[in-house]
Amino acid sequence: MSGLATQEMDLPPDPGAGVIGLNNVTKHFPGVIAVDNVSLTIHAGEVHVLLGENGAGKSTLVGMLAGLQEPDDGFLALAGNRARLASPVASLDAGISTVFQHSMLVPTLTVFENLILGAPWYKRPNRATIEQRMGALQRDFALSLPLDAITGELSLGQQQQIEIARALLRDSRVVILDEATSMLTPQGAEELGARMRKLVQSGLAVIFITHKLSEAYRFGDRISVLKQGRLAGQLGPERLATLSEDQAIDEIVQLMFGRDSGGGDAERRQTSCTDEVLLDVVGLETEGGADVMGLHAISLQVRAGEILGIAGIDGNGQKQLAEALAGQRPVARGRVQLQNNTVTSANVAERRRMGLRYLTDDRLGEGSIGAFPISDNTVLKDVGEPPFWLRGIERPAQIAQHARDLIQHFQVRTPNETTPIGRLSGGNIQKILLGRELLGNARVVVFNKPTYGLDLQNIEASRQRIGEIAAAGKGVILISTDLDELMALADRIIVMEGGRIRGTLDNDGGGEALRLRIGRLMAGEELEQKATA
Amino acid sequence: MEALLTEAFLSSLLTGAIVAAIPMLLAGLGEQMSEKAGVLNIGIEGMMLMGAYLGFFVAFQFDSIWLGFLGGIVGGMLVAVLMAVLCVRLGLNQIVIGIGLTLGVEGLTALLHHFQFSRTYPRLPAPVRADLPLLSDIPVIGPSIFSRHPIVYIALLSVVVLAYLYRRTNLGMTLRAAGESPAALDVAGGNVEGVRVFSVLFTGAMAGLGGAYLANVGAGLFIPFMTGGAGFIGIVLAMLARGRPLWVLIGALIFGAALSLTTALQVAGSNIPTDVIQMLPFAAVMLVLMVFGRKARLPAALGISYERGAR
Repeated sequence: MSGLATQEMDLPPDPGAGVIGLNNVTKHFPGVIAVDNVSLTIHAGEVHVLLGENGAGKSTLVGMLAGLQEPDDGFLALAGNRARLASPVASLDAGISTVFQHSMLVPTLTVFENLILGAPWYKRPNRATIEQRMGALQRDFALSLPLDAITGELSLGQQQQIEIARALLRDSRVVILDEATSMLTPQGAEELGARMRKLVQSGLAVIFITHKLSEAYRFGDRISVLKQGRLAGQLGPERLATLSEDQAIDEIVQLMFGRDSGGGDAERRQTSCTDEVLLDVVGLETEGGADVMGLHAISLQVRAGEILGIAGIDGNGQKQLAEALAGQRPVARGRVQLQNNTVTSANVAERRRMGLRYLTDDRLGEGSIGAFPISDNTVLKDVGEPPFWLRGIERPAQIAQHARDLIQHFQVRTPNETTPIGRLSGGNIQKILLGRELLGNARVVVFNKPTYGLDLQNIEASRQRIGEIAAAGKGVILISTDLDELMALADRIIVMEGGRIRGTLDNDGGGEALRLRIGRLMAGEELEQKATA
Repeated sequence: MEALLTEAFLSSLLTGAIVAAIPMLLAGLGEQMSEKAGVLNIGIEGMMLMGAYLGFFVAFQFDSIWLGFLGGIVGGMLVAVLMAVLCVRLGLNQIVIGIGLTLGVEGLTALLHHFQFSRTYPRLPAPVRADLPLLSDIPVIGPSIFSRHPIVYIALLSVVVLAYLYRRTNLGMTLRAAGESPAALDVAGGNVEGVRVFSVLFTGAMAGLGGAYLANVGAGLFIPFMTGGAGFIGIVLAMLARGRPLWVLIGALIFGAALSLTTALQVAGSNIPTDVIQMLPFAAVMLVLMVFGRKARLPAALGISYERGAR
């Protein structure tokens, strides 16, 4: 459909280069490279899909195009000319409208007021013009909105239509839809797909961000896959036209979950798995809600010396599972058994005493108190317990000695044990938390994304330590979004998607085939009986 | 009890209610705009006091009550500029800064007054009154309501103007959006910082005018700490009014009536103990808070400074 030349990436600035060009843009956040040297070209008349897992850099790219963030390196080009989008106003003036993942409407204003929000203060709202133009939008794009309704009382699908209508009222040339189908019913998603088609037919460019593979194929003209902040690859219109849905999804899975070029799989850990079942979970369910994913029929077993990997795209119930196991989240149905004790209704402290330990991924939030010294943080979960407390009185000397031992044993880099833990790097905080969880009679340790956000050296050290813990006869649950990590460490890998277990696979050195199988399970594309969320 | 229904009593009650209500009305209307835009303006007591001081000072020096009102507006806005720079531009804590400004202005105005007048409290000449034709001839109500200083009518008129502004203009909508969801306003191309600065300065102007009224019309002189919490009552009024200027007016009249009832009852010479009478305004405040306080709905982003793309 596009009459434009479909040039690829590294464009020289010329007018035929698409509506927007991203040229080697890079964006850093503290401790993270969110976008790493990405180049993209957005063409008019095309639905350009940006596909990637959480944390792949999609939202940061959206932020750059919307004028919320500027690239640290590289530059944007509008119609071939280098340009800056330093503010949302600059972005809107450039004809770019963004429909954000989280609604950017004022819930207490009426639909009409939200449509004209941002208009100059000295102008009078012109109701007649808006009504007239909304009539046209209803005809062309099936956008029908109650202008006088309070926005917050409308469904999420209708709110999204308000944002799309607003983009069209501004005569935008580019419409960005960030995770636009995540809050829609399947039928709503189809309607959105049809609407995007109409938008590009009228000459606009649409950027559609999603992590759903089949949507990417069905709605998109061009698919760019992002992985850990980098552009992993692109499927252009000609290429897509020659592929069936299955073939296309295979290629995308390869791009999203395949190994980066060069190097084979990392050396796999020598297994230390025994037959003794330490943790037995049967039919575990938790309540879900609008914002929280519920768990459904989770059954799993962890044996002594075993590392059970849990794979999945971030936000598919892994955190809820970890919290339910640790006793931090109420269990609606099911049973959790630790060795011979049923702990389903036991609280956090009781489970901890029985040897069930949880290492959170939220190191600075729920994992530690940043302003407190390291010494206090090492005993946060043992407040009131001997030997650190005696009849309710704190014993600072014992706590300090314990902290010094821990610092030495785990080689924590810190001036001394009185340093506030918030001043340490992520890797060093992780060591302290690990030391805290291993204290006493740990039997089963649940790790939630233990290497997330760490530097390479600390990642290696952490993985080695997890292996050692299993080798010492403890059971380990390793939740990770990093497939390499799971394939290097785990004995078995459970794949979670939508709060359910989609498959349990033996990590038997299956190599690339196993990796792609897991990738398809993670994307929710493999099993047909998938519940439509 | 028939003494309570005499003309003298009713007249002094109504007069007192209006005189006491106007500063609170002006402060409440000002505070309401700040709160709509998401700024909890605790510094309003300081703005009011600065308005009272500067309003009196200018009126005394230049012998013009109208210049005095202008001075009051400028005084309130001077403090508001500090508030806007510290809380909106720099995003510092609004409560801490607000309390700090109030305490600072209390000390500063007392000091300045002491330098200038030592322990004397010179008086301004009694202000002119504008009798509204015909209306001021109605018995009891006429002299109480329709024979007042022009500022009173300006204050009442501003209730209508503000109600229209909030409901019918882009500025009003922008103000509400800045208080409910500043991020949404920002990505829609609105100017969050600009509209919040405007609202704080407007609060300063209204509070300053209220303070000047208190000094120049209400008392005819300046006494240190003379606002005595009128600004804080303005905050309460704004919170209870749920964004409606008319409710600020009603609230201000209730509080004003309760305040003036103490004087009026004493004038009427009733045999209720004075201790009970003097308790009335505070009982009224507590009663109103108990009845309506729970229903007060505040903007979602009230008191939270906005930073673009914060993560």
